Amino acid sequence: MAFTRKDLLGIRQLSVEEINTILDSADSFKEVSTRAIKKVPALRGKTVINFFFEPSTRTRTSFEIAAKRLSADAINISASNSSLTKGETLIDTARNLEAMAPDAIVIRHPSPGVPHQLAKMIDASVINGGDGAHEHPTQALLDALTIREQKGRIAGLQVAIIGDIMHSRVARSDTHLLTKLGAHVRIAGPRTLIPPGYDKIIEASEGSITMCDRVEHAIEGSDVVMMLRVQRERMSDAFFPSLKEYSVEYGLTLRRLELAAPDCIVMHPGPVNRGIEISSEVVDSSRSLILDQVTNGVAVRMAILFLMIGAEGA
Amino acid sequence: MKLLIKGGRIIDPSQKLDKVADLMIEDGHIGSIEDSLSDNDAETFDAAGLIVAPGFIDLHVHLREPGEEYKETLASGAAAAVAGGFTSICAMPNTNPVNDNASVTRFIIDKAREAGLARVYPIGAITRESKGEELAEMAEMKEAGAVAVSDDGRPVMNGQVMRHAIEYASDHGLVVVDHAQDLNLSASGVMHEGRYSTLLGLKGMSSAAEESHVARDIMLAELTGARVHIAHISTAGSVEVVRRAKQRGLSVTCEVTPHHLALTDAAVVGFDTNTKMSPPLRSEEDCAALIEGVRDGTIDAIATDHAPHHSDEKMLDYDHAPSGVVGLETALGVALTVLHHTAGVPLQRIIEMLTIGPARAFSLTGGTLAVGAPADITIFDPEREWTVEPQQFKSKSRNTPFAGWKLRGQVSETLIGGRRLIEVLHAS
Repeated sequence: MAFTRKDLLGIRQLSVEEINTILDSADSFKEVSTRAIKKVPALRGKTVINFFFEPSTRTRTSFEIAAKRLSADAINISASNSSLTKGETLIDTARNLEAMAPDAIVIRHPSPGVPHQLAKMIDASVINGGDGAHEHPTQALLDALTIREQKGRIAGLQVAIIGDIMHSRVARSDTHLLTKLGAHVRIAGPRTLIPPGYDKIIEASEGSITMCDRVEHAIEGSDVVMMLRVQRERMSDAFFPSLKEYSVEYGLTLRRLELAAPDCIVMHPGPVNRGIEISSEVVDSSRSLILDQVTNGVAVRMAILFLMIGAEGA
Repeated sequence: MKLLIKGGRIIDPSQKLDKVADLMIEDGHIGSIEDSLSDNDAETFDAAGLIVAPGFIDLHVHLREPGEEYKETLASGAAAAVAGGFTSICAMPNTNPVNDNASVTRFIIDKAREAGLARVYPIGAITRESKGEELAEMAEMKEAGAVAVSDDGRPVMNGQVMRHAIEYASDHGLVVVDHAQDLNLSASGVMHEGRYSTLLGLKGMSSAAEESHVARDIMLAELTGARVHIAHISTAGSVEVVRRAKQRGLSVTCEVTPHHLALTDAAVVGFDTNTKMSPPLRSEEDCAALIEGVRDGTIDAIATDHAPHHSDEKMLDYDHAPSGVVGLETALGVALTVLHHTAGVPLQRIIEMLTIGPARAFSLTGGTLAVGAPADITIFDPEREWTVEPQQFKSKSRNTPFAGWKLRGQVSETLIGGRRLIEVLHAS
């Protein structure tokens, strides 16, 4: 089944079939990155613009590599957030982009909804590279691919997502995707960083969400533990007192990991704060699939670009 | 000069009047209301099938002049008011410069009089430049024509300042209108804090941020023995607090906007910035409680909080777009569609909230068809269906959440001092 949407704005709207189409396609693109000549001509002559309003090296590089391995022309534009907020309207942004006749635009922005607003004004395919705390669909897809590779399935797995849920687009997209595919998600973190009604954000699905009082309850028996990055700014906004207390109360250590299932895997969207939300020992252990996530990120992004602007998808 | 309004259903809650009758206007005032009138000298307006009510009063409008005339002027706002059936509107002081002194107050009154459309009553600021620190010259502003004081948009956070403001205003016959919001609790919030803000990853403003200040204001009213008016009430908790205060005989009044009665935070899905306003659209439970507050009389007035913004300004990401939506030209249609046709609230109650309810809240003249009163009259068809087309607005701005909505109930004619003004608008 081809992916027929013009845009990829979030996981929430996607069907299980669409998700599996992307994952299956990503599987086949993984091989390209293992060749000596890491290129296929699939998107030759196509233009992909990475329009990043937030600094990001890894996601942007991942999209750039994905586009180039498909032989597309990849262009990076970074607009500093301050210049955007000082007056350029979304219509001007959209028109400026459209004038360059791109086939696809990957947008990352600190405010939720910008890719959605721009997608309505642009003919090109818009891919959400992360909009504020709202969604980060390609991250969730690469997480799913990683889990599926390791565990052979997603349905029925118990997945813990731990940390600053409130500000995390990764948590939201992963929650949507994992529950749609039948996993049982357990959420934990400092109460100040868990937004109200989080367990109500999903519609009826095969999976489920459970809000846990303690990090240990979320980790107990889990097949997958996903740790979220903690941001230092949250201390000055009185969300938690110190990184030290955070790491003691909420950090993933080998000790806490013992509570999980024996073959539990550890994931993290990166970049990692060693010693804070996750200990060095865990990061460097064989349970950690953090680097596999990065590899899969390129494959997933290749799949998405191919499905959306490749000859059949366009 | 005589104008005979013939055969309309006259509903005037101030006189507990509801009957089909004829109304004679003489020299700009209500002359007589009888079952059947005739006069060969009089011009006639056929009001058969229509409702004839006192001219509507909107307690809460932002007219943007002086300072932001690109969004709206006193003239365009007064025209929008007339188009929406409002004969009197109260202008909030958050202009540039802020209306915190008699000069600006007089400017507003003079400019509005020049426009010759809806009557404009200025609301003065509570504090100088609405900074929330020193009191503004309320006595002088009252003398110049201000009818109330408010720091709408910049709530007075300091309880002591608010207490003094309420006491001082009371001494000068002015009611304090509070935009109840704890700015710290609601910091950076752009929508209601709840299931939808969590889903969308947008920062929310909790109901508690409003309710805590509503409670504070009511306690200060009790402490000082003075009156307080709560602007744009939006949560179930706020309604309940006001209800209990009224039961205890305290002097509190409040208003609700049509958009809070018609929409919930679910409308924010899709990130249309015309769903962004302060206070924000709340949950279904809050919406239901507001409608109940309308029904049982807890809420005194419907006030639009008409807040024009240029489309360029709204064309930003949701976090940075300015808050506010226009409302003068959709108020009646939305109120009738949501309250009357859908929720079964009687017409008399709705008209009360648009006429004598607001008049009493601010001790304004108007809101009545009593004999001798100025002939400020709103005539409307409660059944006529129409579609909201923002491009047709008389307002300079188009920021409405109701674009494309099919509403049931529309203004037929607005008269101020006996002058037929919808005619005047069409001519211009």
